[in-house]
Amino acid sequence: MKEIKIFARAGQGAITMAAILGESLFYENKYAYAFPHFGAARMGAPMNAFLRFDDKPIRLRSKVYTPDYVIIVDPTLLDGENCFSDLKKGAKAVVAVRESTKIPTSTDMEIYTLPAEKIAQEIIGRPFANTVLLGAFSKISGEVKLEAILKAVEKQFKGKPGILEKNLAAVKKGYESV
Amino acid sequence: MFSVLVSSAKSSKQNKTGSWRSLTMPKYLQTNCIACNLCKLICPEGCIEGKEKNKYDSNLQYCKGCGLCAYICPKKDIEMVNENK
Amino acid sequence: MKQFLEGSWAVAEAVKLCKPGVISAYPITPQTHIVEHLAKFVADGRINAESINVESEHSAASVVLGSQAAGVRSFTATSSQGLFLMAEVVFNIAGMRLPIMMVCANRAISAPINIWNDQQDSISLRDAGWIQLYAENNQEAIDLIIAGYKIGEMPKVMLPIMVCVDGFILTHGMETVDMPDAVAVDKFLPAYNPPFKLDVDNPMSFGLLGDPSVYTENRYSLHKTLEELLEIIPQVGSEYKSAFGRDSVRLVEKYRVHDAETVIVALGSVCGTIKDVIDDEREKGNKVGLLKIVTYRPFPKAAIYNALKNVPNISILDKNISLGSEGAVYTEVKALFNDSTKKISGFVAGLGGRDISKGTVIEMLRLTKEEVNNCKFMDLDTSLLWEEFRVS
Repeated sequence: MKEIKIFARAGQGAITMAAILGESLFYENKYAYAFPHFGAARMGAPMNAFLRFDDKPIRLRSKVYTPDYVIIVDPTLLDGENCFSDLKKGAKAVVAVRESTKIPTSTDMEIYTLPAEKIAQEIIGRPFANTVLLGAFSKISGEVKLEAILKAVEKQFKGKPGILEKNLAAVKKGYESV
Repeated sequence: MFSVLVSSAKSSKQNKTGSWRSLTMPKYLQTNCIACNLCKLICPEGCIEGKEKNKYDSNLQYCKGCGLCAYICPKKDIEMVNENK
Repeated sequence: MKQFLEGSWAVAEAVKLCKPGVISAYPITPQTHIVEHLAKFVADGRINAESINVESEHSAASVVLGSQAAGVRSFTATSSQGLFLMAEVVFNIAGMRLPIMMVCANRAISAPINIWNDQQDSISLRDAGWIQLYAENNQEAIDLIIAGYKIGEMPKVMLPIMVCVDGFILTHGMETVDMPDAVAVDKFLPAYNPPFKLDVDNPMSFGLLGDPSVYTENRYSLHKTLEELLEIIPQVGSEYKSAFGRDSVRLVEKYRVHDAETVIVALGSVCGTIKDVIDDEREKGNKVGLLKIVTYRPFPKAAIYNALKNVPNISILDKNISLGSEGAVYTEVKALFNDSTKKISGFVAGLGGRDISKGTVIEMLRLTKEEVNNCKFMDLDTSLLWEEFRVS
């Protein structure tokens, strides 16, 4: 079983991200359990989304304490809490960065960075880093194929053709950017 | 035995919601301000201070960068600017 | 067909398959998504039902009471304070023998205000005369809804069903479910054809005064029917299994209990976490097991007794607390045994969304073998407890 912890702010699409990732793992015949942890949900408040996946159904319902992967949607969250604590051995992280983002160097995990908000701003027209990061996650983790993510994005944005095309491009660009 | 039940007035000031601001912050130009007070009234955090013309400003410890003050300002004297956080 | 779905969506799809004619509910976290999805199905014409907007849960329950009395299959859903606002009508629905389906997205009770999961809401209404079924995962939620309608609507039963689904953990959790085929559901669940209903051509009154000469008999008959359900539920469960291939509809599930020295008893989604712990402990040679209660009302005394009679250490996990007493499930399980050689402990955990980790379960197992606890609160932060009334 592998576990993913997503750090974001409410409103940045972290739940959508977990849903798309879970769906794409489903296409690859894996079992996923994606779930949000809300505070008293308000836009801008820090929140987490979690995902577990395995070859057999997931039964464990607790929060993710020791992730194999960390995805950081909002780099300002790096200042507030230690996003890289209690990691499993060999854990990897994908971090959306801005010019001013300082990545902690004291961690022994592999950290991959990309200007996901800037990419999203250019492609989608709004700084939603989530789909860009999914492409990057596919590349660095090798856990899920790019095609599966694209298929899941298609399902998620079905009936919104303009948004769909932009998000597909965003996923691909994210894949190429790490 | 008791546990968390009652909180005293102003204790919410401990929650520095300014950390939620992730992209833009308001910039008070303080040039055409007429002290209409609208920015102060609309601010959901209640973090704008000032009484006289061109003296208004936002307390960035609490400002969430929502942009409502810039939106409501009739003199366009508040701008939302990128904050390189 | 296998799909990757959010729990609330899966619940709404299952309800759609059962073709209710009236849906009425008032939104409350964490039940809201269920009603949103159903309202959308109605608006999109994907389900031929009347979706009735109301101003409160009391009205929502009253609407489905009326529609079910008029002979129409009905559905409602709620959580926490919403269920309590319904409470008066909830008891009426059972007393009037109306087989309404309600999904309770389990949430803690105020005060303090808390939107997160525990099971205090539905457990507090256990005495209402409803059938109460607890789902471990979203697949079971689907299965219990479909089978629940069939069980409740049987002419010899005519009782309402509450399917309890842990709020957020299941309602907002996305996982793979196998959605039954619509044709198969139609075959399994016949159209609702009540033995009595409100009918202008054949007028009758519902919800009469029951004076002392008949009231006791009404309560007795409710109680007897619930007892009979201990036979009926497994029968429908095996029908469900032959139709859909899953053994979800049952009184209890025994997980590695046969030779176990310590068995945990629990309800709902936490059973998944416990199963993972049990597999880990078994690898280490520790003989532990789980008894999952699926049917909490009627309370399956014989099934629980038989499963646990040879188990020396029993550990009951309650996601509720009967304040001033102990966990509700603990009281009832303990009452089945007067054998002083058994160690039977009660634990209260996971209140108001406090996470139940593997560590919590491991600690429960350790404590159960060590000593008898009647009402041990797990993961308690004593730094938040004060002797005097204090302003924080």
